[in-house]
Amino acid sequence: MFVLIVGCGRVGSSLARSMLAEGHEVSCLDEDPESHARLEVDLDTSWEEAGGQFTVGTALETQALEEAGIVQADAFVAATNGDNTNIVISQIAQRRYEVETVIARILDPLRAEWYREQGLMTICPTKVAVEMLEEKLHRVAAVNLPEAGDTGEGG
Amino acid sequence: MYVIVAGAGKVGVNLTRELLGQGHEVTLIENRRQRYLGVEQLLEHNILYGDASELWVLERAGIERADMVIAVTGDDEDNILICQVAKEKYGIGRIIARVNNPSNRAHFDLLGIKPVVSATELILRLLEHEVPHHNLVHLLDLEEEEIEIIEIRLGSKSPVVGRSVGEVGTPDNTLVIAIIRDGRGVVPNASTVFEEGDDILAVLDPQREEELKRIFTDA
Repeated sequence: MFVLIVGCGRVGSSLARSMLAEGHEVSCLDEDPESHARLEVDLDTSWEEAGGQFTVGTALETQALEEAGIVQADAFVAATNGDNTNIVISQIAQRRYEVETVIARILDPLRAEWYREQGLMTICPTKVAVEMLEEKLHRVAAVNLPEAGDTGEGG
Repeated sequence: MYVIVAGAGKVGVNLTRELLGQGHEVTLIENRRQRYLGVEQLLEHNILYGDASELWVLERAGIERADMVIAVTGDDEDNILICQVAKEKYGIGRIIARVNNPSNRAHFDLLGIKPVVSATELILRLLEHEVPHHNLVHLLDLEEEEIEIIEIRLGSKSPVVGRSVGEVGTPDNTLVIAIIRDGRGVVPNASTVFEEGDDILAVLDPQREEELKRIFTDA
């Protein structure tokens, strides 16, 4: 499958490398040319030699999206550092280019939830992190139940 | 009327002051601390510090009872999001969004955000009116109502020069409402004859624009 990832930060670049390693066609779009270096971490060859594609451009520019291959994309991942940018470009991918699978990374849980209800596939790392932290704390709390007369200083 | 304005740049601040002056209730939302502090004294309780694209901030501003939301931040994606949420989540009937980069206009259209205001486009339009590049200028576009007013300059090759309004006849849903000749406007009747150099003002359904253009110009 052809995957277009917009935003080549830590999340975008890691995802790009793993998808490429699994044998998918991967194209990345980022406004910062320097972000290309992230794609080559732990890679013996260049990103292009490994079969990847990289385009420099702004996510809201349709010309950049088209250059990066949005028309052929089977999957689109919006992983820039801006929630609103991710929300807007995901809807563009969905409605204008009719990409089959569109996923948006949204850090704000409230916006992520509402747009999920509107039919956008959203991933909210904040929510995931809070849930994991809660689970860990619950587990710790379960083995450290306060006993009668406990001073709270613990042992 | 209760209006929420997002973005305390020059446009947002002046708009807020004008609306307050007209007796409306306004809350201006700004998320950059420096900007907020800069106008806090001026606007007192009419300004709220926060990110207008966060739902809880909008709710704190009282979006549930707002009559109108105007998004004039410097970021088009923020303006789109704020208006989309205002319209679709909170059911605000009246929204206005600012387009900063004219090439983003298509995204506003795609997501149903209208009306939009673009200073760049307005200036280009004025420029075109002053220095016509083509022989057709849009003077007024009411997209929602599907009506527009255009100005057409009659060149020497215009097929209507020397013919009268009645003779030429215009399609349904179009009407020539004025002719500007030698700097003076006149309201034509059926016997008025078109001359080279005339500026024709017509009101029409936008879908008829191409048709009307073909009738009046050599294009």
